[in-house]
Amino acid sequence: MEFNAPAGPNLFDKARIVGKPTPRIEGPLKTTGTAPYAYERHDVVPDQAYGYIVGSAIAKGRILSMDSAQAQAAPGVLGIVTALGTPPVGKPATNNAPLFGGPDVAHYHQAIACVVAETFEQARAAAGLIRTRYERAGGRHDLEALVPGAPLAKGRDGRPDQRAIGDFAAAFAAAPVKLDATYHTSDESHAMMEPHATIAAWQGDRLTLWTSNQMIAWSKAAMAEVLAMDPAKIRLDSPYVGGGFGGKLFVRADAVLAALAARKVGRPVKVALQRPLMPNNTTHRPATIQRIRIGAEKDGRIVAIAHENWSGNIGGEDGENGSAQTARMYAAPNRLTANYTAQIDLPEGNAMRAPGEAPGHLALEVAIDELADRLGIDPIALRILNEPQSQVPGMPERRFSDRNLVRCLREGADRFDWARRQARPGQMRERQWLIGMGVAAGYRGGPATRSAARVRLDGKGGLVVETDMTDIGTGSYTIIAQTAAETMGVPLAAVSVVLGDSDHPVSSGSGGQWGAASATAGVYAACVSLRRKIGERLGFDGDAATFADGRIALGKRTLSLGDAGILSAEDSISFGPFKREYDVGTYAGHFAEVAVHAYTGETRIRRMLAVCDAGRILNPLSARSQVIGAMVMAAGAALMEELAVDKRFGFFVNHDLAGYEVPVHADIPHQECIFLDTLDPVISPLKAKGVGELGICGPGAAIANAVYNATGIRVRDYPLTLDKYLDRLPAVG
Amino acid sequence: MRDHPDYSLSRRDILVSGAAGIAATSMTEGAAVAGTSRPPDAPPAAAVAFKVNGKARKLSLDTRTTLLDALREHLKLTGTKKGCDHGQCGACTVIVNGQRINSCLSLAVQHEGDAIVTIEGLGTPDKLHPMQAAFIRHDGYQCGYCTPGQICSAVAMLDEIARGVPSHAQVDITANPEATSGEIRERMSGNLCRCGAYSNIAEAVAEIAGSRA
Amino acid sequence: MRAFTYERAKTPAQAAAAVAGTQGAKFLAGGTNLLDLMKLEIETPTHLVDVQDLGLDRIERGTDGGLRIGALVTNSALATDARVRRDYGVLARAIVAGASGQLRNKATTAGNLLQRTRCPYFYDTNQPCNKRRAGSGCAAIGGFSRQLGVIGTSDQCIATYPGDMAVAMRVLDATVETVKADGTTRTIPIADFHRLPGDDPQRDTNIERGELITAVTLPPPLEGVHVYRKVRDRASYAFALVSVAAVIHKDGAGRVAFGGVAPKPWRVEAAEPALREGAKPVAAQMFAGATPRHDNRFKILLAERALASVLAEIKEG
Repeated sequence: MEFNAPAGPNLFDKARIVGKPTPRIEGPLKTTGTAPYAYERHDVVPDQAYGYIVGSAIAKGRILSMDSAQAQAAPGVLGIVTALGTPPVGKPATNNAPLFGGPDVAHYHQAIACVVAETFEQARAAAGLIRTRYERAGGRHDLEALVPGAPLAKGRDGRPDQRAIGDFAAAFAAAPVKLDATYHTSDESHAMMEPHATIAAWQGDRLTLWTSNQMIAWSKAAMAEVLAMDPAKIRLDSPYVGGGFGGKLFVRADAVLAALAARKVGRPVKVALQRPLMPNNTTHRPATIQRIRIGAEKDGRIVAIAHENWSGNIGGEDGENGSAQTARMYAAPNRLTANYTAQIDLPEGNAMRAPGEAPGHLALEVAIDELADRLGIDPIALRILNEPQSQVPGMPERRFSDRNLVRCLREGADRFDWARRQARPGQMRERQWLIGMGVAAGYRGGPATRSAARVRLDGKGGLVVETDMTDIGTGSYTIIAQTAAETMGVPLAAVSVVLGDSDHPVSSGSGGQWGAASATAGVYAACVSLRRKIGERLGFDGDAATFADGRIALGKRTLSLGDAGILSAEDSISFGPFKREYDVGTYAGHFAEVAVHAYTGETRIRRMLAVCDAGRILNPLSARSQVIGAMVMAAGAALMEELAVDKRFGFFVNHDLAGYEVPVHADIPHQECIFLDTLDPVISPLKAKGVGELGICGPGAAIANAVYNATGIRVRDYPLTLDKYLDRLPAVG
Repeated sequence: MRDHPDYSLSRRDILVSGAAGIAATSMTEGAAVAGTSRPPDAPPAAAVAFKVNGKARKLSLDTRTTLLDALREHLKLTGTKKGCDHGQCGACTVIVNGQRINSCLSLAVQHEGDAIVTIEGLGTPDKLHPMQAAFIRHDGYQCGYCTPGQICSAVAMLDEIARGVPSHAQVDITANPEATSGEIRERMSGNLCRCGAYSNIAEAVAEIAGSRA
Repeated sequence: MRAFTYERAKTPAQAAAAVAGTQGAKFLAGGTNLLDLMKLEIETPTHLVDVQDLGLDRIERGTDGGLRIGALVTNSALATDARVRRDYGVLARAIVAGASGQLRNKATTAGNLLQRTRCPYFYDTNQPCNKRRAGSGCAAIGGFSRQLGVIGTSDQCIATYPGDMAVAMRVLDATVETVKADGTTRTIPIADFHRLPGDDPQRDTNIERGELITAVTLPPPLEGVHVYRKVRDRASYAFALVSVAAVIHKDGAGRVAFGGVAPKPWRVEAAEPALREGAKPVAAQMFAGATPRHDNRFKILLAERALASVLAEIKEG
């Protein structure tokens, strides 16, 4: 099915299942521990051996020698794959750092060996017996020092990532009110709860990987590149993914080494990355330095805005672009955005939940708050005053498909009791705590991409949906079942959904907040095809008939769906060029109330609210979870998360879950999430956009703004840990 | 296993041990190992007998086997999850003799005679424990990986409150605790959820506790 | 984790003898710290003597009106004990400020005293660390030292003692009871239990090889308000940046110790008379001669302000 024009009225406008709060269909499995994750699949293949990965002890340089004789002789050891014994494997285009093989070390904890043994305990012990000699090379590990010479990033289209409209410099110089501020965001780790894990088994020259991966088709192709083999001979299966957030978009060392090790020992091998390896071995969100300059009239109208971003990445690959959202925000006539990437010798930077926008909002939405403070204008009023109309301010060739940001802010203000906020900071105190409120706007693109599915009538009243789409906690299982049930007119319980298997039609996968919109549209397309096939078999026009309550009605004729017998259809949705005229986005008003301890500077969040505009909400129950979960991650970025760089040795020092602190239960209050009842006909037939990344775009800035409102102290260096402002807190006796 | 010929120990094979690398030297050594070689004897094994979900189990295990790996790899009870293997995440929470612990930081052989309850012992898809059902109703999970640990922890945690075990959230440490929102959040803090389902988990637990989150 | 043999001891003396008499042997109690370190091969015992059957899990009233806490009393059990909550509030509060519910159910009193540092370079066996490997150097000095010590450290090691319970015990003047392999017992004041690193950072405590902790005794209860204030980045399940254990009388006199700043619970008795004058003079004396690093300099001000917060709260009631 091609989606070549905005959707008109359709069956989803009268939906009975889509759009209703629906408990996850896989909930009984997940809550009873019976949903199988990658490392746990004892049943799929017998005789699994255990692999254990060794990571490089240096960040950059080369391996001179590896002595694995003692490890090889250790009890239970079946074989060892070493970097020196393996020519470099192929590097897929989606990976920025080498995955394995050869003497060169590009980053700390790069995999250099995998020890395979009969048991996990034996493999782990033997891994400790490998003796490696290195030659350490110098490296560049300090982003701040690399800023001056950093070139413009390549950008998505390969052109230098810079955009200017009007005359920023002149307008800024002439503006009566100016802001010029620089913000720092930290390197962050996905820290998903399930480590990257894979069971690999060879049958002749065919490879099966039971793995934990967000993007099955990409990763199948990537494994083919890694192993220089025909992708048709590779199968990935990833029905349950214990969190990804971008960290499982690409194949990692677990999959590569499980495959190599299984080949070496002639047995299936399972490998999970040890937690202490994960932050340096896998990918992370790169730190940014962002300079924002805004010039405004005294009445608050912004006349000039510039957002420049610097980050680093290994091999000079593009890093984290904090200026990504700025083209869509604030209707200033004179604009400049630029994105620079330094070549830095740290582990691989790559996508993490809302890459670009997540740290971008931490800067831009604080800058707006600072400007509001300077102007003496309420920050919500300032945002509304500068809200663009139909054209995208930084891309005048595009218009917004459906944008209700102002409603988000207004309804949020109402709901959050924003009027109670004291504009002058430091005015609200409860015993030893300073109280403040903050707001931020949120924008994240609403992309959709080609996605296919197969739907089958099983002849017993059941409908089976098969696609390589993944559910990484996003709720894919349920929204796909809802879509199929709605389109075929069957109850939700009649639908079963099979995900994550590369033998099934290629979907969008889970990434970039496109999964929900794309995968459901693909399932809809397949269902429409199935309706036609049913019509053909039973002799009526499938497009004209009504499918409801397990029956098919056309004119006076009604049939049972069961009359169609066993039947299968496969189709995909693809999106036409008309979309290029539009900027399809999702929008939010984010609100936070914090308490900052007047003596110690500890910050605790007391309230959080997100009001979201993302078109039709397919499943308000799981969509709420996506948003509040992203708000938690935003709170982490704002208040505590930082991969600490050892600038001498070039690695992330706090590389476990004790050192890298993510929010815990006690950090997070009751969270509110409200969805506007909007529809976006440009996105897909379902008029529904994703929300999983919208939720992380803005809450961190709202928290930072609340900290300022509480204390009068502006900290531009994330995370806002107390050491950065302790000496600026009020004097104590 | 042969090293790749190009990369053999031909140049600069000086090993600077110890403080290698701190600015002064360019060489470093990998994982430090003892100088003496160890014989490839079979690792010491030990027998252990305990009850898991009411069922008597007898295992002969490498002494190094954690309770977590005994459950997951030997008994194939994979509902208990390995998130960090270092006591930093709570995904491996099980209930031993009525008390929740991190099964990753306990050797199986320490549990001779113990009664262990895992997520599989609380309920099944067809016969859910009330806490499991509450998690589903409130969408107190997303990816599902921390979920069994959260649920085991929540069940045992409410029992701790009933038994008067104090927490950091109490204003008066001598008082009998109640399952308030603040108490639930503090007491559940040993269970990380990176999907960030905390607010919903707190609601699910509060519903079972009969309080408000 | 290296291979090890395992046995369960029946009596304290037998346990001590087993460890003293076996090369590479260690006691195993809760295991929450030891197993963590064994997985990383930071600890590499070849024999473990499990002490869980020794009957050291009771809390008894001492003849002097104090309490005698068995070495194997879990953190949870100790914090739950009605006498501890009523008479030693600082201790109950310190315990529940530490770790998580799960860990407190397993961690023991003795094990908590012996908890090793959380210095990230100690935990990374690729990095030089004098505590882990004598003479290898200290990567933490000049590295990421935000969590590390500001006083009592040496040019060999800037690690901190990471626990909470012992900081409260320091304020309470607890005593550690031990038994050695030959059956002799001794008592060690908590002040002398943990060591400063000096030139020998490998040794965290003054316990000898094969010496088994059997109990911790608390003197009779201290009058006053008992407070344990732990400052950390996240609200729970995190090690202290700084913690304050204090018992403060109505007249403003009292005792105070800091956690998270030094290789041992940090108490300077000579500074305590200044408590009546507020936090500043106390902190000034307690941190005289401090050698903070770039990343952890804030801890000195934080300690002072955390103490000020405690004192103000007590004053406000």
